[in-house]
Amino acid sequence: MARSLKKGPYIAHYLEQKVTKMNESKKKTVIKTWSRASMIAPEFVGHTFAVHNGNKFIPVYVTENMVGHKLGEFAPTRTFRGHSGNRNA
Amino acid sequence: MARISGIDLPKHKRGVVGLTYIYGIGPSTAARILTESGVDFDTKVEEWNDDQLNKIRSIINELRVEGALRSEVQLNIKRLVDINCYRGMRHRNGLPVRGQRTKTNTRTRKGKRKTVANKKKATKM
Repeated sequence: MARSLKKGPYIAHYLEQKVTKMNESKKKTVIKTWSRASMIAPEFVGHTFAVHNGNKFIPVYVTENMVGHKLGEFAPTRTFRGHSGNRNA
Repeated sequence: MARISGIDLPKHKRGVVGLTYIYGIGPSTAARILTESGVDFDTKVEEWNDDQLNKIRSIINELRVEGALRSEVQLNIKRLVDINCYRGMRHRNGLPVRGQRTKTNTRTRKGKRKTVANKKKATKM
């Protein structure tokens, strides 16, 4: 079920704070985050996030097309190496 | 013969059913079009007169159907693939996109079964 519009998009507030701070000071550093459920806001464009996938932090460079998706969508949690009989892999 | 938005001409069918042969028009859109143009649902496609046909055409002209709709869908998929998100990856790999199980079924996405010979004998690595 979709999230109620009344609440607005879910963004972990520390993420929002960090990004607004960086936008003010015009600095760009990688932001490490575990908050995979956070929505990508328009202000995030151009920043790089290190999104945790349960094992490592995956660097995600946010582009305009990604707005409205969640950070976790860009850091896959599973590695599929192919099936045993498959020689292409 | 009724030819609407390109290559569509189902003939001996009731109007509501005939319209659904156009990509992008389902039962409910077809019903809406016919009510708006004041054509009876049960009139066969071949029995429409030019007046009715023109009315139907003008309504359909405002909808996104056939080629335009198909390319829109493809563009949406391409966007997902290009931004490298989870749904895009599933499209690329030809697997179900919306979290369905893949242990069994999902033959529509995966295609024909690819049987692996001697699967049981294969030793664990």
